[in-house]
Amino acid sequence: MEWFDALVQGILLGGMYAQYALGMALMFGVMRIVNISHGDLVILLSLIGISMATAWGLAPVSVLIILVPLAVLMGWVLQKAVLNRVVGSDPLPSLIATFGLSIALQNLMLQIWSANSRSLPGHGIESQSIEIAGVYVGVLPLIVLAVATALTWGLDIVLKHTRFGRALRAASADVEAASMTGINPRAVYALATAVAVGILGFAAVFQSLRSTVAPADGPAQLIYAFEAVIIGGMGAVWGAFLGSMVLGIAQAIGFRIDPGFGVLAGHLVFLFVLATRPQGLFGKATT
Amino acid sequence: MTAVLSTHGLIARYGDFQALYGVDTELHPGEAVALIGANGAGKSTFLRSIMGLLPVAKEMVRLDGEPVGGTATDRMVQKGIAIVPEGRRLFTGMSVEDNLRVAIDQAARIGAKGGWTLSRLHKLFPILAEKARSQVQSLSGGQQQMVAIGRALLCQPRVLLCDEISLGLAPKVIREIYAALPEIRAAGTAMIVVEQDVGLAQSASDRLYCMLEGRVTLTGKSGDVTREQIGKAYFGASHGVV
Repeated sequence: MEWFDALVQGILLGGMYAQYALGMALMFGVMRIVNISHGDLVILLSLIGISMATAWGLAPVSVLIILVPLAVLMGWVLQKAVLNRVVGSDPLPSLIATFGLSIALQNLMLQIWSANSRSLPGHGIESQSIEIAGVYVGVLPLIVLAVATALTWGLDIVLKHTRFGRALRAASADVEAASMTGINPRAVYALATAVAVGILGFAAVFQSLRSTVAPADGPAQLIYAFEAVIIGGMGAVWGAFLGSMVLGIAQAIGFRIDPGFGVLAGHLVFLFVLATRPQGLFGKATT
Repeated sequence: MTAVLSTHGLIARYGDFQALYGVDTELHPGEAVALIGANGAGKSTFLRSIMGLLPVAKEMVRLDGEPVGGTATDRMVQKGIAIVPEGRRLFTGMSVEDNLRVAIDQAARIGAKGGWTLSRLHKLFPILAEKARSQVQSLSGGQQQMVAIGRALLCQPRVLLCDEISLGLAPKVIREIYAALPEIRAAGTAMIVVEQDVGLAQSASDRLYCMLEGRVTLTGKSGDVTREQIGKAYFGASHGVV
C-alpha cells in the first residue's frame, strides 16, 4: 500500500512536471532551441501572479485567466525580440542568449520581489484531499494532473489537425522546404513560443499554489522540465507527458526510500535513460 | 510580350566561392524553358537564387518587371513562384495528405487564386489519392516526386521551378512524371525545368538554356539547337563533340 501510494503521488507530481515540460518539448521539437530561461519564466509568471493576487485580492482562477494571455504575449515578444535573432542550425547562439536571459531575469526578479519565498493564497484548496481506495489524494494535485492531461491532449490535437499545427510540423521537419510552401518560419516560431510560454502561465499558477516560489528557483524547474523531455523523447508531446510521469514516479519512490533521495532518484533515472536510450523512452531513433 | 520572370546579370556566391557569373534569362507567360548543364554548372544555384534561398541583389531578379531579388522565400511563394526542390524535401513524419495540405493552408492564408485543388491533383497523379494516409517516407521515389510536384502546384504558382525531377527514378516513372507537365502548362503555368537528360529537356520545353561553370553558354529554341551545339555548350569548347 505504501508503494501504491508512492506511485499515485508520483503520477500527481508528474502532472506538475508535464506542465513545465510541454512548452520545452514544443520549442525544442520545432526550433531546436533549449530555452535555459524556461524555469525563470515560470518563476517570473508566478511572482507576477502572486503580486496581482495580493494587490487586487484575486482568486487563483482569476489569476490564471489574466496570467495565461500575459504569458502568451510574453512568449511572442521573447521570440520576436530575442530568439528569432539567434535561431538556426547552430544551437549555441540560442543557448547563450537564453542563458544570459536566465541570469538577467533572476536578478531582475531579485530586484523587484527580493529573495523572500512567496506563494499564491489558495483559500484552502491547497490542503484539501479526498480518499480513493485507501489512498489520500490532494485535490490540487488532481486538478494539476487533469489540467496537464488536457493541455497535452489539446496541444496534440492542435499539432495534428490545424493549419498552425501543420505549418509547425512542416517547419520542424524541414524549415527551408517549409518556406518553399509559403510558410514564414519566424511567424510560426513566434506562435510556437507564445504557446509554449502560455502553457507556463498554467504551470506558474499551480506551482505557486502548491509550493513557494523565490527568484532563484528557476533553474531547478528547468532541470525537471529538461529531464522529463529527455526521458520521454525530444520533441514528442505525449512523450514529454509520459516522461514527466516517469520522473514524478521516480522522485516519489525515491522520497519513500529516503527523504533525501527523492530528487536524486529522478536524476539517476534521467541519467540511466540518457545512457541506455538517448532518443528517450517514447522517442524514435533519429537517423 | 514582357517576361513573367527574368534574371539580369545574376551573380550568386557561397561564401568566397562564386557560383553564378552574370546569368541573363527570361521566361514568358505559359512558356516552358529547360535549363541543362553538367553537375556543378550552377543550375540548382540559379533556382535557389530566384527563390531567395541565396542572397542576391534586388535588381538581378525581376517578376513581371518588378525587382524582387533576395526577397524572402515565403514572400516569393506568395508572389507566385513555387519550386520542386532538388531531393524533393518532403516533410517526413507527415502523411501525404498533410504534406499537401501545408501548401493548401498557406495558399488559403494569403488568398492565392489558382486552379489547383486536391481533387484535380488526384486526377493528375491518382496514386496520391490512394496513398493519402501513408507517411511520405514510406513512398517510392517516383511517388515522393509526385507529392513534391503536387505540393508546389498547390501553392498556385504562375511560375513553377522544377529541379531535377527525374533524378534517381526509373525510366518508366520519369515518363509518367513528364507526361504530367503538359497538363500543368495547359493551366497557364510557366515552367523552368532543370534537367540532366538533354533529350528529355528538349522534348519537354519550348526553349532551352545551357549552363557551364556559372554562365549561360547556349540558348535557343529546343527544337532548333543541334546535338553538336549542345555538346560544345555542355562541356566547353575544349572538349570534343559527343
